[in-house]
Amino acid sequence: MGDAPAVDDLIDAVDAGADGNGDAVAFDGLSVTHGADGYTLETADEEWSGLEREDLEDALEALSAYVTNWRYWQRSVGGEGTARRAFLRWCERAPVAVDTDAGATGDAATDATIDHPSIDDPLSVPERYDALRAGLDREWGQLCLTARLVDDADDDPTGERVYDLWHVDDADTDIADLEVYDEPRDARELATHDEDGRYRPLKTAPTLPSGWAFTGLSGDELVDAVEFFYPATVANWHRELRGNLDVDHWTDTAERQSGIYDVIDELPREAVDWMAEACCVDSQCLRRREWQYEDGDELDVDGGDGPFPCREPCSLVIAAARKWTILESEEEHTYELELTTSEYNQLAELIDAVAEGRTDEIREADVNDGANRYRARYLRSKRFDDEGDLEARQVDD
Amino acid sequence: MQALVIAAHGSHLNPNASDPTYAHADTVRETGAFDEVREAFWKEEPHFREVIRTLEADEVFVVPLFISEGYFTEQVIPRELRLDDWDPERWDSDGTSASQATLAVDDVDKTVHYCGPVGTHDAMTDVIVQRAESVTEDPDVGEGFGLAVVGHGTERNENSAKAIEYHTDRIREQDRFDEVKALFMDEEPEVDDVTDYFETDDVVVVPLFVADGYHTQEDIPEDMGLTEDYRLGWDVPGEVDGHRIWYAGAVGTEGLMADVILERAVDAGADVGDALEAVRQSVTLTGDGDGDATRPNAEPGD
Repeated sequence: MGDAPAVDDLIDAVDAGADGNGDAVAFDGLSVTHGADGYTLETADEEWSGLEREDLEDALEALSAYVTNWRYWQRSVGGEGTARRAFLRWCERAPVAVDTDAGATGDAATDATIDHPSIDDPLSVPERYDALRAGLDREWGQLCLTARLVDDADDDPTGERVYDLWHVDDADTDIADLEVYDEPRDARELATHDEDGRYRPLKTAPTLPSGWAFTGLSGDELVDAVEFFYPATVANWHRELRGNLDVDHWTDTAERQSGIYDVIDELPREAVDWMAEACCVDSQCLRRREWQYEDGDELDVDGGDGPFPCREPCSLVIAAARKWTILESEEEHTYELELTTSEYNQLAELIDAVAEGRTDEIREADVNDGANRYRARYLRSKRFDDEGDLEARQVDD
Repeated sequence: MQALVIAAHGSHLNPNASDPTYAHADTVRETGAFDEVREAFWKEEPHFREVIRTLEADEVFVVPLFISEGYFTEQVIPRELRLDDWDPERWDSDGTSASQATLAVDDVDKTVHYCGPVGTHDAMTDVIVQRAESVTEDPDVGEGFGLAVVGHGTERNENSAKAIEYHTDRIREQDRFDEVKALFMDEEPEVDDVTDYFETDDVVVVPLFVADGYHTQEDIPEDMGLTEDYRLGWDVPGEVDGHRIWYAGAVGTEGLMADVILERAVDAGADVGDALEAVRQSVTLTGDGDGDATRPNAEPGD
């Protein structure tokens, strides 16, 4: 199928004022208007005026990237103002925020005003088409998204996009070595367990297993799949882009709780910092934490730098906060115990190894590592009493 | 456009807790009755708090995949969804009669029809019966059989027992099973003594729970004496005190639950075309029971 139908569609849209601009279409750097002296056609590089319909058709035939681009976004994708559309625009580095026909030029200046970690310089339509022929990659957490033009245009109008989705770690893996899927719902199953088969209660934990690929997805299917991997990230990213992300800080969320979580607003101020460092840094969760202790009182911990924001403490943080609230209600004591310097240091090594999740990596015979299993068993054998507790005396009562 | 949100508890510890939610959501998706269908959770993602904003539809039907009216359906879900002006009075319920309330939410410009829980809908009675059919693999099961509907009891929520008794009464009125009893985990009559309450040799035991987990896969089978240790599994039917116990596992895993979800949305004004018929046909033809009720598949707690 050639571009002629797209050209006709576009001219019909101009004449019908179908895109809501009177007798005009203006989209992504292409502008066509119909006035008393015929049609005017403009791109960033060229301008024609006083065209008859036939001349306009010829001129547009030579600008097929602009024409099919218009049709893909205005006819196939639609969804003006939706997060879905903005996300798909972002996937191919099209201007995101100003993507209505009304006066939008789609030039680089449009997005320059958006200050957001996910937004870089947008590409013009010819630049995008060059990139889309090769496949244009974006990263979203541990997901790699590729937008590309449909290879075989027999069934699709020229300019239709399809999308592939896989794990960033598989970027260099041959597709033949990956398990290939085309049903977005399969993402739920892929996201349920980590590489070691452990349940992943936090979808945005950086533990998504690799080895799979979704290929040839439509735009809607791509967004569905991304939302199954990372629920609500697209919606919150879009709200943030538009400047209306509704952040709920720690105190807002804690005070809202009831039932067994009613206690968490008693968690001490400094413990909230420790909690955020324990749970919310990039090594634990790929959302970029935007919530703070309260408005005007920021946490010291780095919130991360991913594309999608975390707008309030999640249910895992709430559940863990309950435990820490109860633990922090205990009195501190002074204990006295006998340890060599190396044994004292070993306690720190053990805690560190568990906190970094590296116990599985410590080699069986690496007795130089304080968190080695034999080293830990030796310490237990030497320093635990008959009750299985660390031998120590409380000296402050 | 209209969207359906199925609001369920989910779990931080048990990866299977959300399986029924996903399965029923997929059944509804297949009908095409809604432009969008979303699962939402208290313990998983998307959280109740953030689900409404993921939808493009203006009109949203929220159906709680919970058994009874109470803390979660009256307090937690409405609060987390940010339902403006919510008050349990809006349901005007006697404890089992909530249908829906139409409300705005305060983070997006949409209308939410907040439905009563699946567990108290009349159609749930049919699901319990179908669960009995599934576990016995007998579409006409009834004669010569007793049926026990098992719930938590009132310890945490008085409406929990009301829902159990409501369906028990309705099944009894059908005059299909020789005996129908409501049993509880934490109050009399207790499920521990199940065989004391039935004359029939065969007793189907259906726990009115949304998902299989600690209670349905560990507590109840052990309490009934169906197994010494849940990890060893149990037979279906299993022999207890001279009775054959057909233990069904959580009713919420039954395919026909998708029908109850749709009924809730229809009662609240959703236009689902012929989806109800389609769902009933699809889940009846395939049976869709998990067929392996002997397999312990859950971790304790959540």
